[in-house]
Amino acid sequence: MQRNGLITSPIRSLRSRQYHDHAMTILIYSTACLALLPLIAILWSTISHGSTRFDWYFLTHNMKGVVGGLYPYGGVLNAILGTLLITITATLISVPIGLFTAIYMVEYAHGGVISTMISFLVDVMSGIPSIVAGLFAYALFSFFFGPGCINGFVGAVALSILMIPTVIRSCEQMLDIVPRDLREASYALGATKSRTIINIVLRSSLPGIVSGVLLAIARVIGETAPLLIASGSVSFTNLNLFNGRMSSLPVYVYNQYAEGMAVCSASARAAVHPCIPGIRMERAWAAALVLILIVLFLNLIGRFISHRFSVSHL
Amino acid sequence: MGQGLEVINENIYYGAFHAVENVTMSIHKNAITALIGPSGCGKSTFLRTLNRMHEVTPKAYCTGEVLLDGVNLYGKDINLVDVRRQIGMVFQKANPFPTMSIRDNVLAGIRLNHKRLSKTEADDLVEWALQGANLWNEVRDKLSSPGIALSGGQQQRLCIARAVAMHPSVLLMDEPTSALDPISTLAIEDLITELKKEFTIVIVTHNMQQAARCSDYTGFFNVQGNGKPSHLVEFNQTEQLFSNPLQRETDDYISGHFG
Repeated sequence: MQRNGLITSPIRSLRSRQYHDHAMTILIYSTACLALLPLIAILWSTISHGSTRFDWYFLTHNMKGVVGGLYPYGGVLNAILGTLLITITATLISVPIGLFTAIYMVEYAHGGVISTMISFLVDVMSGIPSIVAGLFAYALFSFFFGPGCINGFVGAVALSILMIPTVIRSCEQMLDIVPRDLREASYALGATKSRTIINIVLRSSLPGIVSGVLLAIARVIGETAPLLIASGSVSFTNLNLFNGRMSSLPVYVYNQYAEGMAVCSASARAAVHPCIPGIRMERAWAAALVLILIVLFLNLIGRFISHRFSVSHL
Repeated sequence: MGQGLEVINENIYYGAFHAVENVTMSIHKNAITALIGPSGCGKSTFLRTLNRMHEVTPKAYCTGEVLLDGVNLYGKDINLVDVRRQIGMVFQKANPFPTMSIRDNVLAGIRLNHKRLSKTEADDLVEWALQGANLWNEVRDKLSSPGIALSGGQQQRLCIARAVAMHPSVLLMDEPTSALDPISTLAIEDLITELKKEFTIVIVTHNMQQAARCSDYTGFFNVQGNGKPSHLVEFNQTEQLFSNPLQRETDDYISGHFG
């Protein structure tokens, strides 16, 4: 009995371990597929719904003089340009602040009181609900420029409040993984600290910083709540960040969705350019598709830049 | 030409911790001085104070004097950056800049210090430094390929070329061969012997054979016990130190009784 146990037990346990291994493999594969499922579903529904209204006319016209489901059908140009302007401005505000803070934290602070405080604040800031950021930016500008100060720049400030923590964290990580050796090699050649940071540390971490920044942009470009408060929306194309309301894609999508079905009389439906009752949902989906395409495009640019400046390993 | 270093009563501290105690030694010009001793005995720490690299570590400082050709490196009007241009350093792990080509790595010191060179000057410097580091023949056809594409031993020689290109008078080497295979180690040792014609060389090594093989002078560092500062036990001509050590401690170490 004893001898038998000695011989059989390892084999039995080997078999059970193999079953266990197979089961885990299946579990992991199916979880991965499950995680992909919503992504594919979102992409599919956006493309299938969005393609109805997604054409050159839609991309090159704004919503000025558009009534209900009647012709002219209107477009998304005002929102595209608004989103681009607001997001670029938010990036121009966030990247210098975030990058320099990260440089301070990694290269200068050496874990002092200030850096601990910044680190804590960054953690808190990254948890701020986006609508609070929008309210804050609105309140800030209203305080200085009078109540009802709503324009693209206020929206950009609101978005940069959301972006800065992400930019700080990702830049910090990227600077942190530059090996100490490289800094020392540079110092040993007589380079000053600022030269070392610019030419060695930032240069080595550039691809990572670029992709971090692009992720931060992708994260805020779809923010609706803060822009709803801070930038509002307007039917014509407003290119002045500092003057009046400015549309953006997420707010456009929300507004179209919120207005619901259009009322079309029988005669209007029979016109040469027929009245379309569901046009607002069509516009909402098409604008969502534009938003996804912009994010996709940003990702491609990011990948290109990362690849172009990456440290070549052989 | 190399220049000599004179270390007088140097004490090194990390914050409150007294790391190295009361070192006095003269490092002769155009000679190879090896620093040996067990791990953690402060020989690398000491080496890093010779071009003030220890100041990169927060809270590290030292007292005493280090004279390069009679000028105190820790003097009031001395610029840290000038010290490091005069006294180059090669590290334990080869650390070529990963974003730069072989050529740019050699020129890195010049560029980081805002100096401008014409193309021919740069070409000449690259060739001179790489020949000095005994690497020219291996890389002359691929100067624009990345520095980190080279083998470990070649990378270390590239780092030596990078240091040499600054025309320093002293070259500090912190265990430059400890990560290399025996063949590459031999190549570096031969190179060091060549380099002493032009530079003063201080090399930290935990390989006693290496010290015995290629150095002219040897300093033996040791630490009395945990938490105590380490000190320079003996400093002498290499032959003397290995064949006829004056201290019992040195004898024990080199004959393998401890450490």
